[in-house]
Amino acid sequence: MLLSYLPILILVLLAAGFALATLFLSSALGPRRPSKDKLSTYECGIDPVGSARERFSVKFYLVAMLFIIFDIEIVFLYPWAVILNSLGLFGLVEMFFFLGILLIGLLYVWKKGGLEWTT
Amino acid sequence: MPEPAFFVVMLAKIAVVFGLMLLSVAYLTWLERKVISDFQVRLGPMRVGPHGLLQPIADGIKLMFKEDIIPEAADRAIYVLAPTLALIPAFISFAVIPFGDRVRLFGQSIDMVISDVNVGLLYLFGVASLGVYGIVLGGWASNNKYALLGGLRSAAQMISYELSMGLSVVGVLMLSESLSLVRIVGAQSKAWFILLQPIGFLIFLICAIAETNRAPFDLPEAETELVAGFHVEYSSMKFAMYFMAEYANMITVAALATTLFLGGWRGPFLPPVVWFLAKLYLVIFLFIWIRATLPRFRYDQLMRFGWKVLLPLALANIVITAAFVALR
Amino acid sequence: MTVIQVVFFLVAAFTTAAAFLVVLAKNIVHCAIALVFTFFGVAALYVLLDAEFLAAVQVLLYVGGITILLLFAIMLTSRISARGVRVMNEQVGMSAVVVFAIFALLAIASLKGFALVGSPPPASYATASLGRLLLTTYVLPFEAVSILLLAAMVGAIILARREREKD
Repeated sequence: MLLSYLPILILVLLAAGFALATLFLSSALGPRRPSKDKLSTYECGIDPVGSARERFSVKFYLVAMLFIIFDIEIVFLYPWAVILNSLGLFGLVEMFFFLGILLIGLLYVWKKGGLEWTT
Repeated sequence: MPEPAFFVVMLAKIAVVFGLMLLSVAYLTWLERKVISDFQVRLGPMRVGPHGLLQPIADGIKLMFKEDIIPEAADRAIYVLAPTLALIPAFISFAVIPFGDRVRLFGQSIDMVISDVNVGLLYLFGVASLGVYGIVLGGWASNNKYALLGGLRSAAQMISYELSMGLSVVGVLMLSESLSLVRIVGAQSKAWFILLQPIGFLIFLICAIAETNRAPFDLPEAETELVAGFHVEYSSMKFAMYFMAEYANMITVAALATTLFLGGWRGPFLPPVVWFLAKLYLVIFLFIWIRATLPRFRYDQLMRFGWKVLLPLALANIVITAAFVALR
Repeated sequence: MTVIQVVFFLVAAFTTAAAFLVVLAKNIVHCAIALVFTFFGVAALYVLLDAEFLAAVQVLLYVGGITILLLFAIMLTSRISARGVRVMNEQVGMSAVVVFAIFALLAIASLKGFALVGSPPPASYATASLGRLLLTTYVLPFEAVSILLLAAMVGAIILARREREKD
């Protein structure tokens, strides 16, 4: 079984080598004539205003939290889906219970406006 | 320990697939420009080589000789790391996708897949979920407002649609009873899963477009408001690496759609590899067609569609399929 | 040493190095990225233990989910990512003692644990048998997980709400 991961390891090394070679080649071949304007942050041609390290909407954070919760659900669904055929009715009822509770959660989030992007 | 021939075959497969992947990525840029220009009744690239066939090579050489600018305000280490983090997952996720039937060559039986991992589908989703880092870190490291906003938006979009994508294939898993992509193709000998899972296929296709940040879901790049999104500060080959990653992801996701829903390499008369490539390019053509046809979503529409339409629809699809499978 | 042992030590060294970077990096975003590589190393260790489902889930959830959440949290926090964080403070000595105590405890526990189990269990943690165990022997914890996830969803909403009221 471990042997099936050997090609993947080789592929990772190959891809990483390719990326490094590309980075090296372009830095070796390209010209280098830096100027103050060239190295400044691009803001449509005018001088940059303020910093980009500002606070962002908490919405992004909420989306990431909800994502993890549902991702965990998916991870539980996969082993179940693979054996459902042999489990029959019993497996069906158990998973419907599991999904039902999460569906309540989704409806709660929905009702509370957690899925609205604009407030 | 397996015999030396095993290692030779393995290395040969890796070399061929990696080489073909690079070539396809280069020529996909040509194909996309040609097809889009056909849709818009113009010629597209024509100058370099017959019908612009050498255009991708010219582009590559040009980018290679361009100045590599690292903005002063950027976080240098992460600025360089980010395109690498986008490129590597894009080129390794194809490893578990079977592109042909088992063949006998020189007295050896060879599987037409780089590696048949038992949890192949999970491997693919896991590797694909790393693509977010290249984008969000590239946006952050540039220290540019457009780039950061583009990166954050893109990350939120990708994780939202990753959920529906993960859920859309559960029906396929119930029917094939395996996470190995080789066995999933094996389970489609009687009927392609698109016939049994049409809703799953539709959801998967929509999510695939969103995951690869293509129109109408190309918000991270929304030229009109974010100039170019997360890669606005990138130039030279670092920019090209993002581009290559994007096209490699497009190939992988089309190959996955083929494998999960369109019977993989299965088909009559023609050799399996030809069938696989034909279906693969059909899906890619569909992607380009959609890009040429549909206008871009607004961000709030995109998030609402992902969470309020696709996610419930995918869950409903699971419930219905499960009932059929269990009560059969 | 067998090939697998060599690979194990390489992966373990990689994981530990990345973990050191998590604690020692001055910029908090660099810490988060080092954490990604740490999680990767752990996933590779799972593969070496024949637990491939766990390895895939490790990458999917920890690398693809939880670290993204961490990055978002960092980027949401006002200007924290631009400033260097103080890596050391006056409690270094004390925490070193605690860390070594925990290390000793874990080392003893795992050594004793291996003695109890004898040889490592056969590689039967295939996805199907995992699913079977979840839905038969461990069905109660499994259903409890759904309640836990529900609670987490409610918590997420309340957190986001409070944050919005503050804005």
